[in-house]
Amino acid sequence: MSELDLAGRVVELVRRLAGPGTQAEVVVSRADLALTRFANSFIHQNVAESATTVRLRLHVDGRTAAGSGSLVDPDGLTALVERTLAATRLAPPDPAWPGLTPPAPVPAGAPVDEATAAASPDERAARVRAFVDAVEGLEAAGYCRTAHRAGAFANSAGHSAVGRSAEAAMDGIARAAGADGVARHCADRLGDLDGGALGARAAAKARAAADPVELPPGRYEVVLEPAAVADLLQNLAWYGFNGKRYAERQSFAEPGTAQFDPAVTLVDDPLHASGLPYDLEGTPRRALTLVEAGTTGAVAHDRRSGAEAGTGSTGHGMVGASTFGPLPRNLRLLPTGGPAEVAAGRLSAGVTGAVADPDTATLVAGMARGLLVSDFWYTRVLDPKQLVVTGLTRNGVWLVEDGVPTRAVRDFRFTESYPRAMGPGRVLGLGRAPVRQPDRMDGFWWEAPAMRLASWNFTGSASG
Amino acid sequence: MTGFDAASAAVQAALDAGARYADARVMHRRYESMSARNGDIEELTQDESIGLGVRALVGSSWGFHAVPELSDAAARDAGRRAAAIATASARVPGPPIDLVPVEATVASWASGCEVDPLGVGLSDKGDLLVRATATMREHGADLAEGLYQIWDTAKWFVSSEGHRIDQRIRECGGGISATSIGDGETQRRSYPSYRGQYGTTGWELVTSLDLAAHAARIAEESRELLTAPECPSGETDLILGGEQLALQIHESVGHAIELDRILGWEAAFAGTSWLDLTRLGTLRYGSELMNVTIDPTIPGALGSFGFDDEGSPAVKRDAVREGRWVGVLAGRDSAAVAGLDYGGSVRADGWARLPMVRMTNVGLEPGPHTLDEIIEATDDGVLMDLNRSWSIDDKRLNFQFGCEVGWEVKKGRRGRMLRNPTYTGIGPVFWRSMDMLSSEIVPWGTPNCGKGQPGQTGHTGHPAAPARFRNVRVGVRA
Repeated sequence: MSELDLAGRVVELVRRLAGPGTQAEVVVSRADLALTRFANSFIHQNVAESATTVRLRLHVDGRTAAGSGSLVDPDGLTALVERTLAATRLAPPDPAWPGLTPPAPVPAGAPVDEATAAASPDERAARVRAFVDAVEGLEAAGYCRTAHRAGAFANSAGHSAVGRSAEAAMDGIARAAGADGVARHCADRLGDLDGGALGARAAAKARAAADPVELPPGRYEVVLEPAAVADLLQNLAWYGFNGKRYAERQSFAEPGTAQFDPAVTLVDDPLHASGLPYDLEGTPRRALTLVEAGTTGAVAHDRRSGAEAGTGSTGHGMVGASTFGPLPRNLRLLPTGGPAEVAAGRLSAGVTGAVADPDTATLVAGMARGLLVSDFWYTRVLDPKQLVVTGLTRNGVWLVEDGVPTRAVRDFRFTESYPRAMGPGRVLGLGRAPVRQPDRMDGFWWEAPAMRLASWNFTGSASG
Repeated sequence: MTGFDAASAAVQAALDAGARYADARVMHRRYESMSARNGDIEELTQDESIGLGVRALVGSSWGFHAVPELSDAAARDAGRRAAAIATASARVPGPPIDLVPVEATVASWASGCEVDPLGVGLSDKGDLLVRATATMREHGADLAEGLYQIWDTAKWFVSSEGHRIDQRIRECGGGISATSIGDGETQRRSYPSYRGQYGTTGWELVTSLDLAAHAARIAEESRELLTAPECPSGETDLILGGEQLALQIHESVGHAIELDRILGWEAAFAGTSWLDLTRLGTLRYGSELMNVTIDPTIPGALGSFGFDDEGSPAVKRDAVREGRWVGVLAGRDSAAVAGLDYGGSVRADGWARLPMVRMTNVGLEPGPHTLDEIIEATDDGVLMDLNRSWSIDDKRLNFQFGCEVGWEVKKGRRGRMLRNPTYTGIGPVFWRSMDMLSSEIVPWGTPNCGKGQPGQTGHTGHPAAPARFRNVRVGVRA
């Protein structure tokens, strides 16, 4: 039975058991997820799961409840409908119910790479093998994962949608005498992940991070590599461009205001890569420009927050949205000067391997004195309104003098307002070659080039 | 087909496919949560999930496969696939793996529960949240939120060594929080903590919290914080309330003593540990007041169970005794690699997840003081409580925490309320500076401990009480 047939069967069950006045929406998701994990240069965890989840939300007589189940046989579906119906009837009134998504055309998603959808454990292990071989004697750790999802949506208002997605990601570090280097990449095709190239990059960065010196805390100019920029995008998405937090006045976002440097254009672009073309409420997903040339333009909404704001849904309904809020989860920081063309920069000057690509080299070359930062870690929000975040650097920091990385530096703790750090006049350069960074969950990703910022507030050394 | 039957079929199929060891968990979990905002119910969710996960060891390589079906055919297919995945793992092989011995047990266990939380009427549970959040709004909160969560998990574990263990673990808890929004900042007060208090108990835990009785107070305090003076910056004596100390234990002790981290198995993601196994038994972790146990036997604490997800029975162990590091959280394979003789701390977040080293209840034994005595003994310091933010490095050394509220402590008395209190330090330096510890232990529950790839959410317990730390850096800001 197809996912759409399954969703339709649940809608029909609701009609039969609860009557035609009941509003129902059903999301069916089949997932084949696999992840091959390595540490100390061997595969130590290797997992795969096949799962089907049916989510049902009902609205009856002004009351709403939702439920999900993993059993898709007739008894399991009936039980899901009956218990969700019982919960709905007992639930307190829901005066803010936004109604069901009306019938609307849903775009086709990006094509699914069938080889990725059907990837075997041997194929993932082969990429791990290549990564481990490429670090040439250093310790290697990380993962290679593939995800294939097939889903369908149907509601009692007559709207339906189907879609499929496939995604692959690899994230690994090489370790050299206490110094780590990282390489990570997310793609629509497993075939686009080159374990050997990623391993070689991580190893070069790890060797370049050896023998770090400790620098005093304070404000430094920085070049953030794409992995570190991804952390900025993630926090901006969760706490800033989140329609629920915006409605609660907990977000910094002020649409219509030039809150960012003119170099900054942020687009949530779910159709840029493989992904389901509709959200949890069946709303078609589309690109949403959040920041255009520095001016905040929009925040993300599901049907509930969109109704509250008077703007309607932007296609960001998701599991947990009523608690965490609707989030952009495919955020792109658009590169400067158009895609693909990468200006030549000085490669591997100074500390060999610290700068791993020409794009970053260009930004580093323009910095008189500052820090090159590979990655951020364990970032947490001190105050959501100004998005003040504390966290640490990880996987390599280098002092840059006169455009050349001269020394590896020990990790720092920082405390910084993310929107302020990217504010008007503070973005001194953006790279031209964005890299898609995987999130902890498939379907979420953050794409950005390297970015040079005028100032970053390092509040202490990680060692004390 | 029973849970035991399905798990047995999966294990046998893995053995038939070449595994030298296999185990399987069938889990049936029901979950319910309700949240309220500003006097209205925001969401009611009820989820149910049933499935089977099987783990196979072929040579020295592991494989794991999970399916949402319990038929004989599906279980056998899962066992075969787990063995095939393990065979693929051998393309990048590691050192030989053994498992420390655990007596093959046939047993049944259930957590204590006076009032079945799923049996309490939804309207009663909703009324509780509506009433508390409405009260917070009436008392000045811009945003009043309430939440409860319930998990009811039945599991059946079978291993190729002869284990047959079934367990039923009921967990629940809840809490409320009030947020006031000022000019460019927000202030929050929660009760009893941000996400609430949780345990392996019935609804009696939520009833005992008496959420509504605290609603007005926390709303008023959240408004008061908007105009309170900033926490000063500098070094001072720091008194932590029990809830914040529970998270301090979680982050800077619990994760640091996870053996998989110490062995480097989490290096690329969660990180490693500053602890070196060669110093187990001799390393000074903290002051002599610091006695930390790993104790999954505490009735009602969130990290309690009868058996872990490898079939090891719940046993209380020392992690830190009189300030000396003496124990770790381990699994059967990691313990064997480290040359230790115990596992017992391995759990899986549902049937679709691989069992891995997780905290159980990791917490302090009582000290000799009370909070009042600690304040009276402090000439100049800051008291902080209820976590607002947490961040710690990948070796579990350098931390920075933010709390919801602080108070000046001057000449033995609690004084003005302080806003935006933060403190930072290095784990062992911090713990060695603990010179007063209260006897008022509460087993705080943390229902959101993230670890692993794919991600797993663990439920952990942390007995903790107020304590004093000397010369701590406070008031870090942007």
